[in-house]
Amino acid sequence: MYKYILKRLLMMIPVLLGVTFIVFFIMALSPGDPAAMILGDQASAEALEMKREELGLNDPILIRYGNYIIDMLHGDLGVSYKNSLDVWEQVWERFPNTTILAIAGILVALVIGIPTGIISAKKQYTLIDNVAMIVSLIGVAMPNFWFGLLVVIIFSLHLGWLPSQGMGEGLVPLLQSLVLPALTLGTGSAAMITRMTRSSMLEVIRQDYISTARAKGLSERIITYRHMMRNAMIPIITAVGLQFGTLLGGAMLTETVFSWPGLGRLMVDSIKSKDIPLVLGSVIFLAIMFSVVNLIVDIIYAFVDPRIKSEYKKG
Amino acid sequence: MKELLKVKDLVIHYQTDDGLVEALNGVSLSIGEGETLGLVGETGAGKTTLAKGIMRLIPNPPGKIKEGEIFYDGKDLLALGDIEMQDIRGGHISMIFQDPMTSLNPVMTVGDQIMEVIQKHNNISKQEAYQKAGEMLELVGIVKERANDYPHQFSGGMKQRVIIAIALACNPKLLIADEPTTALDVTIQAQVLEMINRLKKKLNTSMLLITHDLGVVAQNCDHVAIIYAGEIVEYGDLQQVFKNTQHPYTEGLFGSIPSLAANVKRLQPVEGLMPDPTDLPEGCKFHTRCKYVQDICKKNVPPLIDIGEGHLVRCVRCQKQ
Repeated sequence: MYKYILKRLLMMIPVLLGVTFIVFFIMALSPGDPAAMILGDQASAEALEMKREELGLNDPILIRYGNYIIDMLHGDLGVSYKNSLDVWEQVWERFPNTTILAIAGILVALVIGIPTGIISAKKQYTLIDNVAMIVSLIGVAMPNFWFGLLVVIIFSLHLGWLPSQGMGEGLVPLLQSLVLPALTLGTGSAAMITRMTRSSMLEVIRQDYISTARAKGLSERIITYRHMMRNAMIPIITAVGLQFGTLLGGAMLTETVFSWPGLGRLMVDSIKSKDIPLVLGSVIFLAIMFSVVNLIVDIIYAFVDPRIKSEYKKG
Repeated sequence: MKELLKVKDLVIHYQTDDGLVEALNGVSLSIGEGETLGLVGETGAGKTTLAKGIMRLIPNPPGKIKEGEIFYDGKDLLALGDIEMQDIRGGHISMIFQDPMTSLNPVMTVGDQIMEVIQKHNNISKQEAYQKAGEMLELVGIVKERANDYPHQFSGGMKQRVIIAIALACNPKLLIADEPTTALDVTIQAQVLEMINRLKKKLNTSMLLITHDLGVVAQNCDHVAIIYAGEIVEYGDLQQVFKNTQHPYTEGLFGSIPSLAANVKRLQPVEGLMPDPTDLPEGCKFHTRCKYVQDICKKNVPPLIDIGEGHLVRCVRCQKQ
């Protein structure tokens, strides 16, 4: 098991190298001069040239990439072009905000998605099932930012119940400001989790061991929770893990709509201002988060399914 | 011998997109205490539907018990509520399913799966249940230390033993074994059957043994029912059915078994296929494949008639005699 985890951690290295490589080149090759962006339009040609030299922009691109990686391995992600603040500190500062939103969003998704999926599967082809499936199809198809704007119009503008922008200070204002973005994020994921839960449950419901459980005289409740749910869990955990990984990297659209000070907005802002170190820093952070969540998901598998555990033990 | 199970005129239909599947059309049978009844028929004849019908495990929809009565120990099973039926299942009537590879829950230890049924039907502590589960494993020839293992750590034959342990854990009076050995190797088949028989005798359990293997019937059963297209076509004790075969379908079944004693070059299969259960032929359901077919067979459904000492046959040729 530990061997497996170690192996997975080592596998993250090439993933991160690939991610940095691609993002570095996209940013470096895209038009626009960072020096001009830092010094403004009025800067003289000499000043720009000096700035470029200072930032190392005149070196060949592979050398720049190499330097970046070496710095990164020393824990130095550089400083922002825009405000000269440490990139790592900026990313780290935003991370809790994004985490709060991601956890709230995934909770909303789980609370809606899993029960709906189970009921849908158990009442397949009934009215409840059809309604749930249509609603979740709409949920999957609906763009998040649009739904976000919609709830803002209803709950903030018309009803005036909840704030539409920013993140509140203190517990109650924080929770209040959290409701709408979490709902927005959660519904999209909920729709996906509903469909995943339903199809996974339907597969399990037809299994022979469910007949065996029935033949034992167990109650329908025990059959559903003890026998069906645990077996249906694996694909659901996968879906939830992927969703959560994405959310942890910052939900760009939702954070932008609600002016949530998270990683997603940091990334959008830094891309807009061509702040290469900051973009790279946040993307690397996102990639790490995504890989770590996936690893955790894989470890959870082992606890849900003993067959996977024996696979891991084999190494 | 006291009658334990009595099924009377059971009709089970499935409503599917392709039409009404007439899976079971008026089946009657009875099993005495300690007795074994073999139910023989080809795939799709309604064997499993009958077994699941007795357990009231027919999924509804699409399945529905249309008519008939099932009495277990004098109790009308079809009149019981869901909760009462749960007490019957596993406690009084147990079922062994066909495929041991898929009949155990892959994410629970076998010990837990045995314990579960024990705890459901006996008011005992977890510890005692665990103890009992271990004893059941020993009874089917598996060391009790393996109770903490998962199904994927067992071979097919051992899984079937675990399933037998689950089925017998609460001393049921009736065991329904739905092709318990079909998915196993021949050598393991013999072992498993021998074990079922030994335990059945020890616990004085009655059994409904569903199979398509007449050899298995000859070795294990007291009575035989031959089922075709949802109807019993011949019924009697082993002697009657095996030595005094009357129905052309039963005859056909015997004709398709290779024999070491007789010098036969080719086996004689029953010509044709089972009729489509959504579109059963009128009259005798077997007339499309029968080599003795007469005009009357195509019009009237022959009744099941007693040709002596409880040997029942559904064929017009017996009517005339």
